[in-house]
Amino acid sequence: MKIAVASGKGGTGKTTIATSLALSLVGLGEIGYWDCDVEAPDGHIFLKPAFSRKVQAVINIPQIKEDLCLACGKCVEVCQFHALVNIGTKILILSQLCHGCGSCTWNCPHQAITEIPRPIGMIESGLTDEGIHFSRGLLTISEPMSTPVIRQLKHENKKEGEGESIVILDAPPGASCSVVETLHGADFAILVTEPTPFGLHDLRQVAEVTKKMNIPTGVIINRQQTSYPPLDEFCDHFELPVLLRIPFEFAIAEGVAQGETLVKMHPEFIIHFQNIFETIKLAGIDNITGKGSA
Amino acid sequence: MIIVISSSKPQLESLVDRRFGRSPWLVVMDSATKQWQAIQNPGAGHSGGAGVAAAQCAIDHKADMVISGDFGPNAANALRGANVGMTLFANDSITVQQAFDDYISGRLPVYP
Repeated sequence: MKIAVASGKGGTGKTTIATSLALSLVGLGEIGYWDCDVEAPDGHIFLKPAFSRKVQAVINIPQIKEDLCLACGKCVEVCQFHALVNIGTKILILSQLCHGCGSCTWNCPHQAITEIPRPIGMIESGLTDEGIHFSRGLLTISEPMSTPVIRQLKHENKKEGEGESIVILDAPPGASCSVVETLHGADFAILVTEPTPFGLHDLRQVAEVTKKMNIPTGVIINRQQTSYPPLDEFCDHFELPVLLRIPFEFAIAEGVAQGETLVKMHPEFIIHFQNIFETIKLAGIDNITGKGSA
Repeated sequence: MIIVISSSKPQLESLVDRRFGRSPWLVVMDSATKQWQAIQNPGAGHSGGAGVAAAQCAIDHKADMVISGDFGPNAANALRGANVGMTLFANDSITVQQAFDDYISGRLPVYP
């Protein structure tokens, strides 16, 4: 069972929710926590794992064998990302634009392209005191592409952690490729939002994504102070169940800023998160039998 | 020599466009024959790598010099690799013809 926590808008409380959800489910199965927000991972600040394993995250980029290359330009033509330039006598590679898709290698009529790994980040993993299998991706500063790091993080964990029965995926903000990569294969998506026009605007975008991906979805409204009717109307209209409302409370913000988890500050939330997990399990069964939101 | 200028419209009297990768048009001018043509910038509609697509277009048209408002690092690397020179126009309220004339008379700064 994989549960992704996403939000659209940044700073709504994805990690606050994801870490407390993970802690609340300890004892109900082997818990994995995968921090997919590889540009700014912060789950470790709350769950405090002891990192014991590190591997390099790489992207495979083309390397041209100049003795075989006729500069025919086929590779330039097939590259969707303009990572290759034909200067007439040879091919130049702009490695930061390369997505590592392999199209150039496949399509070279002269087998003049091989691929070499280019490091773009790290994958780190270890156990927390509670026994949560924690892992995270970390994109190297100045590297532009986070998606391959997320893909490799998920791949490495698949190889490693067959035993994890419940995995929490902490997604990056937004609704673009990196979020789609995180959501890929998730059984349920929790979208964390806040009762503001900005929160609703970005929730709408990411809700479109989970809908398109056929992932059963629920919403958690964080920092609920006063009601914001357009948000509730949106959730109603899109049949997105509101799983939980967390009140706005200065003490929570203070605690989070000091690396405290929500459930440490407010243990009464443990039962809420366990109930959410039960709801999610039911949604999963509904989905399998074709009654879900798909 | 072949000179490519980023332009807002496909005429010599059009205002230049300061964006190299996303200008709607690239005007290709031959200083020897005075012939010119306007080409739709292939980079203009791309979500990424626009500058490189525009650079490839200039390279394919055998450009010796490209004149624009600025060049991104990828476009600059591509043009440099193909030995195409880069020149900046000081302001973008001039026409393509003026940019061409200014360059020929040595009044435009070369891109570092």
